[in-house]
Amino acid sequence: MSSVVHPPQPAPVGLSERPEHSAESPLSIHAMTVAYHRKPVLWDVDYDAPANRLVAIVGPNGAGKSTLIKACMGLVPRASGQVEFWGESYRKARSRVGYVPQRESVDWDFPVSALDVVCMGRYRRIGWCRPVSRKHKDAALACMDRVGMAGYANRQISQLSGGQQQRVFLARALAQEADLYFMDEPFAGVDAATEHAIVEVLRALKNSGKTVIVVHHDLQTVPEYFDDVILLNMRVVASGSVREVFTKDNLHKTYGGRLTLLSEAAEAIARASAGEV
Amino acid sequence: MTTPRSLAFIQFDIGLDLFPLIAGTLAAVGCGLLGNFLVLRRLSLMGDAISHSVLPGLVIAFLIASTRSPLVMFLGAAIAGVATVVLVELVKKLGRVEPGAAMGVVFSILFALGVLLIERAAVRHVDLDADCVLHGQLETLAWYGAPDTLAGLLQWSSFDAVPRQVITLAIMVVLAFAFVGALFKELRIAAFDPALATTQGFNATSMHYLLMIFVAAATVASFEVVGSILVIAMLVCPAATARLMTDRLPSQIAWSVVISLACGVGGYLGATAIPAVFEKDAVNAAGSMAMVAGGLLALAMIASPKHGVITRMLRRRRLAIRVATDDLLAALYRAEEAGRTGLPRDRLGALLIGQPLPLAITRATRSALVTDDRGVIRLTRSGSVAARDLVRRHRLWEHYLVDEGGFAPDHVHAPAETLEHLPTQPPGGPSRDPHGRPIP
Repeated sequence: MSSVVHPPQPAPVGLSERPEHSAESPLSIHAMTVAYHRKPVLWDVDYDAPANRLVAIVGPNGAGKSTLIKACMGLVPRASGQVEFWGESYRKARSRVGYVPQRESVDWDFPVSALDVVCMGRYRRIGWCRPVSRKHKDAALACMDRVGMAGYANRQISQLSGGQQQRVFLARALAQEADLYFMDEPFAGVDAATEHAIVEVLRALKNSGKTVIVVHHDLQTVPEYFDDVILLNMRVVASGSVREVFTKDNLHKTYGGRLTLLSEAAEAIARASAGEV
Repeated sequence: MTTPRSLAFIQFDIGLDLFPLIAGTLAAVGCGLLGNFLVLRRLSLMGDAISHSVLPGLVIAFLIASTRSPLVMFLGAAIAGVATVVLVELVKKLGRVEPGAAMGVVFSILFALGVLLIERAAVRHVDLDADCVLHGQLETLAWYGAPDTLAGLLQWSSFDAVPRQVITLAIMVVLAFAFVGALFKELRIAAFDPALATTQGFNATSMHYLLMIFVAAATVASFEVVGSILVIAMLVCPAATARLMTDRLPSQIAWSVVISLACGVGGYLGATAIPAVFEKDAVNAAGSMAMVAGGLLALAMIASPKHGVITRMLRRRRLAIRVATDDLLAALYRAEEAGRTGLPRDRLGALLIGQPLPLAITRATRSALVTDDRGVIRLTRSGSVAARDLVRRHRLWEHYLVDEGGFAPDHVHAPAETLEHLPTQPPGGPSRDPHGRPIP
């Protein structure tokens, strides 16, 4: 599964054919380029996500990590390229794709309860113009229970701590009952209990056959939490299983000369290769 | 004004007052309802923008069609309203400025354009009045030959007398309620988390434009009668007031509707009745409604049971008294440990500097935790139990902070002093704190 820097190119084929992308793969990105104000932030990204894996996207600030997942779901326009989910367009696969945005992306003073927020994960199932029924509320409550937040269902969301807010977001993603999840920095600024709860949920999702793609900022925990990794710096530097791809060499290519980060990474690699994980 | 006839000093003349009252209230309710989503999306200025840029729309529509027919005017204004929204988005994106600045730029320039166009029209001896746009013409809705009795009012023929503006406003309010009622869930998710809404197939951008079209329609239907000042006030004030009263969107919307009703009815009666008391002429009703809206917002900021200033002050005060009571009990317990039963008030005052000691003593006495024997405060039996519990918690926290938190023993008193007031129990076990004192 690993492909380093430049994936070996298959023999040229007709433009309409893309033989290397299978319908089995939950996510296939082909030659995707994204630009903000004419300045490209993602260059020619090719990636096939394996099914049933936990995948981390890592890279320095401004590498386009969030942009990558937003572009996959059409939240930011793509300059070129194609994205398919199980061989279908996003429009068709929408219901099978869950999303956890960055916590700071919403207004936590909004007049809703934690349960209201989790119920939002059910809206597509509920459909247009219908109210949230008891059945969907119960499903949302069950999801809150899975992240240890059932006791906070009726809290106004501004009364929750940062970690609790993140867990509400996670519960909302669970309520979507998707097969592929994109999570944008779920571990950013959370307490130890929440980090633990998130990891538990990630593992549970993997055990039930889902694929989760997580924008991650902490290199140290990559080998411990994830199976696969995408090293990103405006283009895919390397992608594949953590064991094969998460190497000092590749990290050097991704992060350039940022030495503090590199020493952190070296430590993580040392721990990973020592078989601690 | 003549002498009042009925209802104490409130003078209400069906012919003069009924339709203006209904029109003003309908405008208030329609704008107040839609305003909820503007306030939540921090787009309150959008109402301002739309209601100002309607002016050039009216003038252009008039110059093109050469008629002041209501339908043409309405279309011109509605197109201008939607164009404003599109322009604001464009300026925001291409000019890379914050939303407030984009709205400010667009509406001031469009309003200026309207003024220039009116001047050009005046040259051609066409009379368009910019003032009307600001103040409205509520007074012109008088009903000549209105029946005097309620029975006369409740007849089919009364319907023919309903002015076109009132019918337009009624349709607008019904549509606004239908819109918010049917798409409540979608409006909520698009306002709270546009990205998630879009990924779920509820395109947040489309929802935004749909909402803005409704705001533009409400503005256009309202401003002719009540003027843009009231429209702006009603798009912001009731929703902002309602937000202070509750933390749930459905009840916020309900509050905003009630507040809008109060503004409409109260403002209108205030405009006619209050000046009548001082034997002055009635004032502009739209202005009076906006004043009521502002007054209610100020009242909510001060006295709202949830987020008002008074509530917050009381909450802080109560907390301060509770902490002082805890500290009072702990001080008395420590004195008992040292062999002194009871402490005089002035000694306690020195121990609890800056805390509301008299109030704490009153509270503790009332709960029978301490007795006040001519200035000497002593723990009662139940006070002793409560104090023991507090000191135990304090010392357990100190132990925990040194053992688990890695604090130095001489640095743990202050944090433990805070932690002891929390309901959380520290882990038990040890019998002595880091300073060697027994843990009760």
